[in-house]
Amino acid sequence: MATVTLIEAVTMALAHEMARDERVIVLGEDVGVNGGVFRATAGLQQRFGAERVQDTPLAEAMIAGVSVGMAAQGMRPVAEIQFEGFVFPAVDQIVNHAARLRTRTRGRLHCPMVLRVPYGGGIHAPEHHSDSPEAMFAHMPGIRVVIPSSPARAYGLLLAAIRDPDPVIFFEPKRIYRLQKQDVPDTGEALPLDVCYTLREGDDVTVVTWGAMTYETLKAADQLAGEGVSCEVIDVATLSPLDAETIIESVEKTGRLVIVHEAPQSYGGGAEIAAVVAEHALYSLRTPIRRVAGYDTIMPLFRLESEYMPGVARVIEGIRETLED
Amino acid sequence: METIADFEIRHSQFLDPQGEPQDTLPAFAEDADTLQTMYASMLLARIFDTKAINLQRTGKLGTYASCLGHEASHVGIGAAMRPEDCLAPSYREYGAMLWRGVQMHEILLYWGGDERGSDFAGPRHDFPFCVPIATQCLHAAGAAMAYQLRGEPRCAVSINGDGGTSEGAFYEALNVAGAKKLPVVFMVINNKWAISVPLELQTASRTLAQKAVAAGIPGIQVDGNDVIAVRHWVERALERGRRGEGPTLIETLTYRLSDHTTADDASRYRAREEVEAARELEPLIRLRRYMETRGLWNDEREQACRAEAIEAVDLAVERYINTPRAPVTAMFDYLFAELPQGLAAQRELAVRRAGGGAH
Ligand SMILES: Cc1ncc(C[n+]2csc(CCOP(=O)(O)OP(=O)(O)O)c2C)c(N)n1
Ligand SMILES: [Mg+2]
Repeated sequence: MATVTLIEAVTMALAHEMARDERVIVLGEDVGVNGGVFRATAGLQQRFGAERVQDTPLAEAMIAGVSVGMAAQGMRPVAEIQFEGFVFPAVDQIVNHAARLRTRTRGRLHCPMVLRVPYGGGIHAPEHHSDSPEAMFAHMPGIRVVIPSSPARAYGLLLAAIRDPDPVIFFEPKRIYRLQKQDVPDTGEALPLDVCYTLREGDDVTVVTWGAMTYETLKAADQLAGEGVSCEVIDVATLSPLDAETIIESVEKTGRLVIVHEAPQSYGGGAEIAAVVAEHALYSLRTPIRRVAGYDTIMPLFRLESEYMPGVARVIEGIRETLED
Repeated sequence: METIADFEIRHSQFLDPQGEPQDTLPAFAEDADTLQTMYASMLLARIFDTKAINLQRTGKLGTYASCLGHEASHVGIGAAMRPEDCLAPSYREYGAMLWRGVQMHEILLYWGGDERGSDFAGPRHDFPFCVPIATQCLHAAGAAMAYQLRGEPRCAVSINGDGGTSEGAFYEALNVAGAKKLPVVFMVINNKWAISVPLELQTASRTLAQKAVAAGIPGIQVDGNDVIAVRHWVERALERGRRGEGPTLIETLTYRLSDHTTADDASRYRAREEVEAARELEPLIRLRRYMETRGLWNDEREQACRAEAIEAVDLAVERYINTPRAPVTAMFDYLFAELPQGLAAQRELAVRRAGGGAH
């Protein structure tokens, strides 16, 4: 059994799927000889050759666009966008093509591609390297937005994303790439998409989160447990389409909901989750829904980064306020 | 069949790597002071660079992009421009920015994670550093449109790398500039590498200068380690622009002697021999040799120039280190001209969370 970090789990899933399915092609900037700037594709080119692990020219619209082309013609491209800040030139291809090729052609063509995008702050990176734009993509019908929060889920969800017949944006929380190791057997077993994962069961409050913020949220839950507060922590994992059922069921049990994300608060993932709960479980709520999120500001450069990021203290503050209401 | 279009790309070099003139030098090169100033600027950029890397290694600076080896390309651009021209750089062209008046401590602030580094006291109309590759080419084209509309004899200059020529924004900028005859100069600093991707994987094009051809604008390749060539051709291109004759693309051939940034390890993907060979062609030696042969430079001058640069860099570092972190309110106060009412509560919350205080 392999003990791996989240990023090693990504590499393991890529290698597993490339070995199993020769249609899988890895492409992107610096993914070949260099093995990716985060090393997610380390060793893959040596193992699978320069045709299946391709260093591309520097152009994200091209990377996404050729992935659409390849996917429509029977390949399984897994493309890397180096950082979330550089995904924007690719948006035209993602929104106007990847997301709707199946709909436009009434299923004649479809687009089984994965776009891996390291995202989020907290690593003292330069400008445009720390944003959390996941909600932008979750708002676009026709694409899945998947975000792992641990090595095991990175492995299982990435396998599922590659095997899925439709496009997936796979946001990788770079802050936790190397934070924790887990035993992840390389069994090739995928985890289900479109479902939430309950990380911790509890009765007093439901705390919903995803990506790197699962760490702060679990820490907050631990700390509050010492004070006799029992938190149910849910990792959304697939932000779109959302598994509302798991969240609603939990809120029906706890009567309270806090949503935690690093992205700016307004129009973020939390807004949709709050709306869904308000629509379906309003009468189960004993207190108003709360969001613990980034401010509605530009992600600051790193000297102010820690002020922007919702840390454990802010998560605890949010949960406490909900309990005190 | 007949040939209806044809092109040729010319390469220009005035000083070879040994500092031997290969051509009649442009007029500005007859002035000793001009040459000495350009040399001193390249040396300053290099000493600043070494210091910045040390700061990063000792945890006092964030990720930093070195300019080692590019000094002639950068200083040549800065020296050719007039103050009223407009620079749209990418992220490592310190030689050009410093020449135009940006301060070293401001550059350090930027890489130290502080937005005030982009609020430089220097040329207030210049664009800040630009990390999203090649997007700045369009800003230069737009700046040039503004000057053209107002009938001002000014030019905009964008700088991007060899990798940047693969982006759509780069081609879109060349094309609109050609179509509208904009007063803009597109500088392509070809240092052979885009992080780990060598030029051969970036493009099948024999030169990057020829990317101008499809846009219907002139393109030239110059020796980017020859500061005289860079300055000369940028000056010519700027004159064309000011005369209303339209844009120019200039490719400067140089080499990235450092890792891509301090976060990179170039030994993973390129041979040491290649770097060593490129080091022989670096830009400072040749200008120094040229000046020494003509009695314009000697060891004594070199030592004095170096000492002056080290002192200036040390002062800048001190100023950078002693700049306190901005208050948390800075996150909110530059979002819009005035803070929208809806954000006031968040701003207050941020202040309270930061421990209250005056900010
Ligand atoms: C749009 C975009 N994609 C990717 C990156 C990540 N990145 C930063 S620098 C770089 C390579 C740039 O190479 P080049 O244009 O040759 O400039 P150089 O760094 O060599 O000066 C890449 C891929 C980025 N900053 N912006
Ligand atoms: Mg380059």
